Amino acid sequence: MNKIMVIAEHRLGELTAATFEVIAAAVELKQTKGFSVNVAVLASNPAEFSAKLNIAGVDEIIEVLIQENQFQTDTYEAVINSLLDEYAPSVVLTSNSIDAWSCMPIIAAKRQCGFATDVFALNYDGDDLIATRAAYGEKMHVDLEFPDKETVLITLRGNTYKPIEQEASVPVSSFSAPSVNARTTHKRFIEPETTSDVDIAQAELLLSIGRGIENEDNIEQFEELADTMGFTLGCSRPIADNGWLPKSRQVGQSGKIVVACNTYLAFGISGSVQHMAGMKHVPNIIAVNTDAEASIFIIAKYGVVADMFEIADELINHFE
Amino acid sequence: MKILVPVKQVGIIDEDYEIRDDGKNVDVDFLDYEINEWDNYSWELALNLQETYGEAVEIVPLTVGPDEAEDVLLNCLAKGGERGIRVWDDALVDSDSMAIAQVIAKVAEHENADYVLTGTLSSDHSFAATGMCVAGLLNWAHAAVVSKVDITPDAQQITVNRELEAGIEEEITVESPAVLSIQLGINEPRYASLRGIKQAKAKPVEVMSHKDFGLTDAEVGEMGSLSKVRKMYAPEHSQAELIEGTVAEQAKRIAEIVKELKGDT
Repeated sequence: MNKIMVIAEHRLGELTAATFEVIAAAVELKQTKGFSVNVAVLASNPAEFSAKLNIAGVDEIIEVLIQENQFQTDTYEAVINSLLDEYAPSVVLTSNSIDAWSCMPIIAAKRQCGFATDVFALNYDGDDLIATRAAYGEKMHVDLEFPDKETVLITLRGNTYKPIEQEASVPVSSFSAPSVNARTTHKRFIEPETTSDVDIAQAELLLSIGRGIENEDNIEQFEELADTMGFTLGCSRPIADNGWLPKSRQVGQSGKIVVACNTYLAFGISGSVQHMAGMKHVPNIIAVNTDAEASIFIIAKYGVVADMFEIADELINHFE
Repeated sequence: MKILVPVKQVGIIDEDYEIRDDGKNVDVDFLDYEINEWDNYSWELALNLQETYGEAVEIVPLTVGPDEAEDVLLNCLAKGGERGIRVWDDALVDSDSMAIAQVIAKVAEHENADYVLTGTLSSDHSFAATGMCVAGLLNWAHAAVVSKVDITPDAQQITVNRELEAGIEEEITVESPAVLSIQLGINEPRYASLRGIKQAKAKPVEVMSHKDFGLTDAEVGEMGSLSKVRKMYAPEHSQAELIEGTVAEQAKRIAEIVKELKGDT
């Protein structure tokens, strides 16, 4: 039987939230084609994680014992390579994570597998797998196919599939990791500095500024606006990179995940791929930008093509 | 120590565009071009290393692209470096990350490079895979999404930070030679000076084909790619509702929406 293999991912002792979305995608694909879903977990104590992978629709949990618990790219590459030899899955799914960006292209390049990253829809056209992803800053969608590829590796965009709540008792097997020449060595994790004054992850109302702010001196106006409106001030990557606001204020995929955000006011943010990926789950996005073509308008509910400073000058009067 | 820095000219969709007749990409006549943002940071890193260690470090920018793409090499050479390499052939059209990586890996071998520094991703197709595909083909150590680097010439290993999700970083050591994909914010890319731009025009750019490295047409282009575009199309987005009018009217409407969402109308 054809197989869909999921590589479960974990960090700092927890399975990533995205892993459960990837399993949901695999189970959905299984229902269209009747494939089996085999979930592999690589860890120094895999049983700790496999207990949490008893999810309806999963056919097998494969425990792979490795020495170091945290991700090491050569180890993941060697193990996944062996799993591909042994299981010959048609599709291998992971989340579109930084770890996957490190190891999956290597496997794809060495084995000449079909390969696509940041995929948000998977469908079959007959026997042809079609993976849909975006291009040109979300302005275009692309349907990719993988002719003559026995195995296709896919990394899936987050917040696309809803995790399956229903539990099941899934058979567990173990798989021996091959020997590995690890060429990178973990030293330490560096957690983001936590500032006591704000936790943007928990903010329901967020007002963010981007490159449109132009100058550090202009930030004060938006601090005042956010305060007056009862919003928490955040920023896009360039503002944090410039040191104009602390890194703890950065939103988007590489910044804080703003899980609680319900309303997002984006001033002068054009919408990089990673910013959009990190924010598109927010139900109410109001974007203000001078450029009518800015990508942010694609994920926004309301778009305002205007000068952010002029809007801010007027807007504050409505909240004082 | 030799550092190869692949840089890419990326296409940006203009307001109006047309899809190519075969439906697989935007018609090139409707694209504007610029250097991929990430590649400014990887080149800046190379420049910094060259300035720190002087003649012990050679830095070479490489681009895989047609005549027009030479602009991105000139942009790099205007900031530093003595020569560039451009690889192109019509067979390279429609190459994905993997097919481009085939060329970069061959150039890295040909140049006896010690490090390949790529951008983390490119803003046009955003696969975030080219650098790591190069590492796979060369079978070199590698790290993706690097936000801090400590390299000294002739070191057996280097120390880098990987930027992970949610603001977490991981410090790792990486054996040399290595491929690193560089993240935004790792440094502050400089602007080219007018004098630099003038000087760049006199710097040699070697133009080669994939065939010069023994690659066949089947290893590049669509045939050498790990995916094939079936079609490209504009998505049916739930377009943002545009708030129009004067600035005062726009601000008033934003205030109404916000107050309604906050539930304190």
